[in-house]
Amino acid sequence: MSEEVKAPEEKAPKREKIPRQKMPEQKAEVRRKNFEEVPFGYTPELAQKEAERCLQCKDPRCKQGCPVEIDIPAFIKFIKEGDFEGAIRKLWEKNSLPAVCGRVCPQEVQCEGLCIIGKKDEPVAVGNLERFAADYQRAHGRDILPPKAEPTGKKVAVVGSGPSGLTVAGDLILKGHEVTIFEALHAPGGVLIYGIPEFRLPKAIVAQECNYLERLGGKIEVSTVVGRSETVDELLAKFDAVYLGVGAGLPIFLKVPGEHYIGVYSANEYLTRSNLMKAYEFPTYDTPIVRGKTVATFGGGNVAMDSARTALRLGADHSYIIYRRSRAELPAREAEIHHAEEEGVEFLLLTNPVRFLGDDATGRLTGVECLRQELGEPDASGRRRPVPIPGSEFQVEIDTAVISIGAGANPLLTKSTPGLALNKWGYIVADPKTGKTMKPRVWAGGDIVTGAATVILAMGAGRLASNSIHDYLTMGW
Amino acid sequence: MFEIVERQEMAQGTVVSNWVKAPKIAAKAKPGQFVILRANEKGERIPLTMAGTDPGKGLINIIYQVVGKSTALFATLKVGDGYLDVIGPLGQPTHLEKVGKVVCVGGGTGVAVLHPITRGLKEIGNHVFAVIGARTKDLLILEDQMRAASHELLVCTDDGSYGHHGFVTDMLKKVLTENKDVGLAVCIGPVPMMKFCCKMTKEFGVKTLVSLNPIMVDGTGMCGCCRVKAGGQMKFACVDGPEFDGHEVDFEELTLRLRSYLELEKVSYDLFKKETHPEGCACECCS
Repeated sequence: MSEEVKAPEEKAPKREKIPRQKMPEQKAEVRRKNFEEVPFGYTPELAQKEAERCLQCKDPRCKQGCPVEIDIPAFIKFIKEGDFEGAIRKLWEKNSLPAVCGRVCPQEVQCEGLCIIGKKDEPVAVGNLERFAADYQRAHGRDILPPKAEPTGKKVAVVGSGPSGLTVAGDLILKGHEVTIFEALHAPGGVLIYGIPEFRLPKAIVAQECNYLERLGGKIEVSTVVGRSETVDELLAKFDAVYLGVGAGLPIFLKVPGEHYIGVYSANEYLTRSNLMKAYEFPTYDTPIVRGKTVATFGGGNVAMDSARTALRLGADHSYIIYRRSRAELPAREAEIHHAEEEGVEFLLLTNPVRFLGDDATGRLTGVECLRQELGEPDASGRRRPVPIPGSEFQVEIDTAVISIGAGANPLLTKSTPGLALNKWGYIVADPKTGKTMKPRVWAGGDIVTGAATVILAMGAGRLASNSIHDYLTMGW
Repeated sequence: MFEIVERQEMAQGTVVSNWVKAPKIAAKAKPGQFVILRANEKGERIPLTMAGTDPGKGLINIIYQVVGKSTALFATLKVGDGYLDVIGPLGQPTHLEKVGKVVCVGGGTGVAVLHPITRGLKEIGNHVFAVIGARTKDLLILEDQMRAASHELLVCTDDGSYGHHGFVTDMLKKVLTENKDVGLAVCIGPVPMMKFCCKMTKEFGVKTLVSLNPIMVDGTGMCGCCRVKAGGQMKFACVDGPEFDGHEVDFEELTLRLRSYLELEKVSYDLFKKETHPEGCACECCS
């Protein structure tokens, strides 16, 4: 621990005076052409300085905003004191994926959104600090693991290795149960590996977090498509409990003419090619991707921002976000929108695609015809409904389109599992407090229950389910 | 690793058959289903419909034509080597039913996919006519197996070097003309072949199944890459197929989408050849 860190403690300065410490990051004009992570992370000095800003509230509101109930002031205190191992141990008590959450959680509407300092000043950078603790442990920490309960002899199958599945697995392993995770793709991590780009969440970090679960004693079986390779009923014969965290996993298309043209992708495909298959390193890696010069991404969520920013890194001269409402309604995190704008993503707002244009001889996409919109009355979601302006058609020349308007419920597993109740959209019906489904010994959580949401909400659902599974395994249904 | 226990070259080395150790898949797979294979860490995920299984030995059979980098890479794998990933069984199995008389038509490596379906249709009591074809005699595969799997086998070659001189559609027409009671046709092969077969069976009013091979990534309905138009609807071949009612399929669209990465595939294949073959190599793929 350095001298300058100790000093402020002695003097007990007015902590509010320290401004929120910014994370150094790659310059926009540099990073828009590479896939390396945008922020570099805190140095220990910056982290400790930021940690000092925390008031260590007796009744911390930040904690209430955390779906996995991390003891936030406690881990920050460890950082402040320079005990970085203490910080990671505190995080691990509630979160098996701190390096991931520190990067991709929408802290502004969770912990940081409730931070008392945030009322007058900028809130404590909880996310940055969480990230720091995890990164520091990975880079410099001793080979430590959190304590594990005595083996219970109970076996749990977790289907899907995304954020909710990994959370359930991490929790139950620590409670002494034997956990096997089944993953359909050839690498674990779910959306963390195929969806979120390298520049936002390096894949080495995801691999490390999955490896942490394996070091804890969890088993991960990749390339196993539950529903095809093995059914849920077959798993139930071998395991005491089954958790379904398979994600939404069904791309939604615009259903406008011309979606078959070469160069039209679902965001799932575009990002899977780039992230999981590393198509941005083609031909070193074998999977190709269309490196469009003029790319339009349809939609305004975080996945759309990821797609538009990926397009820039694949060499696009123009990367458009085409969104039917106005900037205020963009569902993406402000930080993601900001990063996209900084990098030069162009926003065509109040614009809705009507049809794709293509060359029927080559099958290639050449453009999109759009209609301008204006905002009308609020709709069911409370956002003002976009209304097309008649006669406002215009065309944009594009060679690549990425459709990022959400995901639906993939029926592969649910259709092959008798006894599960599904809602009208095909999502699994599960008790919101416990994750229990209508099928005995089967729990579910994450996007396959709620529809497409965020990493941390899926983790929160996993936490509730793991508590319920543990209760069942120790006390009965 | 999924070990290759048997390897055989066919059609003058342009087609390779592998028996691969994959006990879990072998135990579950049904005719018409496919697997996704990846040779190594940097490899593409390649879907191949299984040509057969041996559940007792825990083996699956894949037969592929060398057409680009990935299949050329597969072809370098020897007995004792293996695939890094084999995922499956994926897709819907063929709905095998007794309809009386059926005709099974296969072209090129499509015959490999057709074979287990043909056998299955015969086993449940259908009278099976089979028609197989290739460009030339030396490229014909699985003739003996198809003869055993059917009641009558008709062979065609485009150049007349063996069997009937002409396309499989000629023989399909003959079978349909002579047997007005054929209740089902199964046609598997190159897209143009399937398209023309379907055109013909439609004239005769015979229900027709085709097995489609669009480009895929995950194979579980997650990415939508393999979307095809069938009956005016967008379908995913990986979960809704790979078999479809041939009279509903938009083959033009399928043909276009199969060309998505033509240039990039060439870049990749050329690089591979440069890396694996010495300069001035006179082999077929380099010349």
